[in-house]
Amino acid sequence: MSELSDSNMATNQHTSDDIVFEAKDLKINAVRDDRSELPIVKGVSFKVKRGEVVALIGESGSGKTTISLSALGYCKPGLKFAGGQALLLREDVTSKSVAELRPIRGEKVAYLAQSAAATFNPSILINEQVTEAPVLHGSKTQEEADKKALALYKALELPDPENIGSRYPHQVSGGQLQRLMAAMALCGDPDLLVLDEPTTALDVTTQIEVLKAFKHVIKEEGAAAIYVTHDLAVVAQIADHIVVLYNGEVKEAGPTDVIINNPVHPYTKRLMAAIKPLPEAGQGETSSDEHLRADAALEVRTVDAGYGRVRNGKPAVQVLRDVNVAIQRGKTVGVIGESGCGKSTLARVMAGLLPPSAGDVLLDGDVLPASIRARSVDQLRKVQFVYQMADTALNPRQRIKDILGRPVEFYGIAKGRDIKKRVDELLELVELPLQFAERYPHELSGGQKQRVNLARALAANPEVVLCDEVTSALDTIVGANVLELLKRLRRELGVSFVFISHDLSTVASFADEVVVLYAGRVAEQGPTDRVLAPPYHPYTRLLISSVPETRIGWLEESAQSKEALSAAQVEVKLTDKGCPFHNRCPMAIEGTCAEIDPPRRIGKNGHVIECHLEFDGLS
Amino acid sequence: MRRLAVGLITVLAVSIIIFFGTKVLPGDAAQIRLGQSATPENIAAMRARLGLDQPMIVQYWTWLKNFVTGNLGVSLAADVPITELIGDRYKNTIIVSGLTALIGVPISLMLGILGAMFPGSLYDRVLTFVSVSLVAAPEFFTATLLVLLFVFALDIGNAVVVGSIDGKGIWELIKHFALPITTLCFVIASQLIRMSRAAVLNVMSSPYVEMAILKGVPRKRIIFRHALLNALGPIVNVVALNLAYLVTGVIVVEVYFGYPGLATLIVQGVQTRDFVLIQGLGMLFCLVYVILMLIADIAAFASNPRLRHPK
Repeated sequence: MSELSDSNMATNQHTSDDIVFEAKDLKINAVRDDRSELPIVKGVSFKVKRGEVVALIGESGSGKTTISLSALGYCKPGLKFAGGQALLLREDVTSKSVAELRPIRGEKVAYLAQSAAATFNPSILINEQVTEAPVLHGSKTQEEADKKALALYKALELPDPENIGSRYPHQVSGGQLQRLMAAMALCGDPDLLVLDEPTTALDVTTQIEVLKAFKHVIKEEGAAAIYVTHDLAVVAQIADHIVVLYNGEVKEAGPTDVIINNPVHPYTKRLMAAIKPLPEAGQGETSSDEHLRADAALEVRTVDAGYGRVRNGKPAVQVLRDVNVAIQRGKTVGVIGESGCGKSTLARVMAGLLPPSAGDVLLDGDVLPASIRARSVDQLRKVQFVYQMADTALNPRQRIKDILGRPVEFYGIAKGRDIKKRVDELLELVELPLQFAERYPHELSGGQKQRVNLARALAANPEVVLCDEVTSALDTIVGANVLELLKRLRRELGVSFVFISHDLSTVASFADEVVVLYAGRVAEQGPTDRVLAPPYHPYTRLLISSVPETRIGWLEESAQSKEALSAAQVEVKLTDKGCPFHNRCPMAIEGTCAEIDPPRRIGKNGHVIECHLEFDGLS
Repeated sequence: MRRLAVGLITVLAVSIIIFFGTKVLPGDAAQIRLGQSATPENIAAMRARLGLDQPMIVQYWTWLKNFVTGNLGVSLAADVPITELIGDRYKNTIIVSGLTALIGVPISLMLGILGAMFPGSLYDRVLTFVSVSLVAAPEFFTATLLVLLFVFALDIGNAVVVGSIDGKGIWELIKHFALPITTLCFVIASQLIRMSRAAVLNVMSSPYVEMAILKGVPRKRIIFRHALLNALGPIVNVVALNLAYLVTGVIVVEVYFGYPGLATLIVQGVQTRDFVLIQGLGMLFCLVYVILMLIADIAAFASNPRLRHPK
């Protein structure tokens, strides 16, 4: 961008031909119910040259998705173009009618959404959806489009490229569907690709694969791209230029290495500062031992659990097998693993929402009744759950004082007038103004709602708080603040936390101990510093190496490593015997790992690795 | 398979309710058959002939066995086999219901989908208003309005629909059936319009439809290929429910127009306390209902690839 404006008149003619997209003082307003208008995008300008990837980065509400969709001449319902231009191949798409836009969309410019699972029509075969746009627009015959699709499937390293198109979307995995969406976008040979957080919903080990495939294919096809994301580490891997957005305005723009290494604007600096440090030994928080007692606050012993009818002691769908976790009083245990590994199921077992099919849950050393109905009110009080989505966990029709007052009353902590006093205390505890008691949840921001959600759990004076991905849905800066609050609460109240997350960096900075779950089995557990330092379980090693670094060139380096090769897409499945990681493990011992349950190797300070290899072989 | 079992159990449960329900009612079949003046000996003989002297369970079992083999028993009032009584009339009911389905279902679906294509338009608002009013209006009210309008004001159509349809010309046939069919169409249309509109609108707000828009897919194809395919399950369900309603719910309309169908027959059965007739027809209606529901389930299953092609 800066180099563009510097270019002299002689070369200007040439470079302007190379500009695929240009936003010129673009303004977009939201139309409210009373027809008044609220500016969402306030005069944004940037250019995208051929063969170049420009990243729009910012937090939720920055207008980045809205701006990216303007390249397709599209406004989400309730929004409208209010001024300026969005020039696609030097034609303004904001002034075109739907009929004029139709031949452009899918042909000159294509869109990749965040969730492929939602953007693929569940009732239509994949290949028809991939080839639909060029065939409809008449730029390719069905045969040509099929051929192009097959080439793309191969380039994107999809398994069984000849037949994957004749499946329905639900028959392929999430990472595969995300790559298939790229094929859908590229099938019409577009000049511009718009990618909206295309890897945000993926697990880290899958994200590497998809990023690699995207980068390869964008280069190969020679398309220009607008890449929308909030994740600076991802941007560093894929973008040539970065546009930093805040509140619908451009705060800073420039080449990737300049923005990453020498940010100028204070907001960019704040964004950079909020990047979580890479998970390494030495970050682990060690909370004080003053609350420790002989018995663990909560303990899970040899637990099997799953869903569906239990037959012969085995549920129809088994999710957890032989899991042992102990949470000491006043300590925090982080549970980490990828989607589907059984993290949330473990939390549900601890809370009593899901009775285990085998094994016991112990509270203060006493065996708890498996089912929540058989537990006493006091046992219920001691274990509280904080859900990921404050939006769905808080009743939208109750005021905050009722949401917090109800558990206070139910667990007999206060009565009558004292309830209000307790509610005020709770609001103070989570650093919210007291006036919020009269508000409804929808009048609060995401971070504030999550604080209320937390206060609701604390209202019961619990001994153990189960936090299921509590910061995952929040923006980086907001999430970091909630995490600070949790640390303070742990210090002041002596409450034990179980902190469930897919994000290793978050867990590493917060937990005393880490439990690494893979396909329903504990791969490794122990003090955070031990788990994050060699010797590693092979899966832990893969997880750590998959966390993207905010460093240009990281993707290329890590893609070469032997860990990345083990990230290759194979089915993640709980096995009846042996180690479930054996089919991805670069160190698997043939005939042993798949057949025999790995031994629990016990190291220093309660460090446990479940692997057939000795500690020496794992460092 | 499970659905089939549930259907069978439903039929069985209904058969028990129908059988024992009619037994609880006062009156004795033999008494009714022979009249007030019959001697006790004659009644006893008749009871033996009808099998009424046997225990209730045995009677039920015999009745059920006969029903399965197609023997619905002999009418108490008319002393002819029920099958014969039905034989005259089932065609009439099927003609009215069938024609209503043929005309009413496609038109309603089209109207509903059109409403979903242009939500909030004048057409959509008028459609919603009319269909809501129709839901609120009972059949006899709609029928009365139609008769007032067409028979008395415009002098076309027949207020009473009797007589054979053999040998009538097209125009006469239309005159013959116009009013009952229009009434029935109105009744099923309101629900069909509202449900098909809601089902399509629901799908239209999904991310994959937004994706189709952003791929430059024309509106018509978005509706008919992307949206309708996913709205099919709920729509088929409503259609089946309404067809089932047609079979049983024609009672008011048939009676209103004096039309000689199955529904008027069952009303006659009630008037003459003809238990056997009521039992037989009740079971028949139940059977049709269950079969239609089964078809709806199968259709919903077939339209959902997740169920059709499990992982």
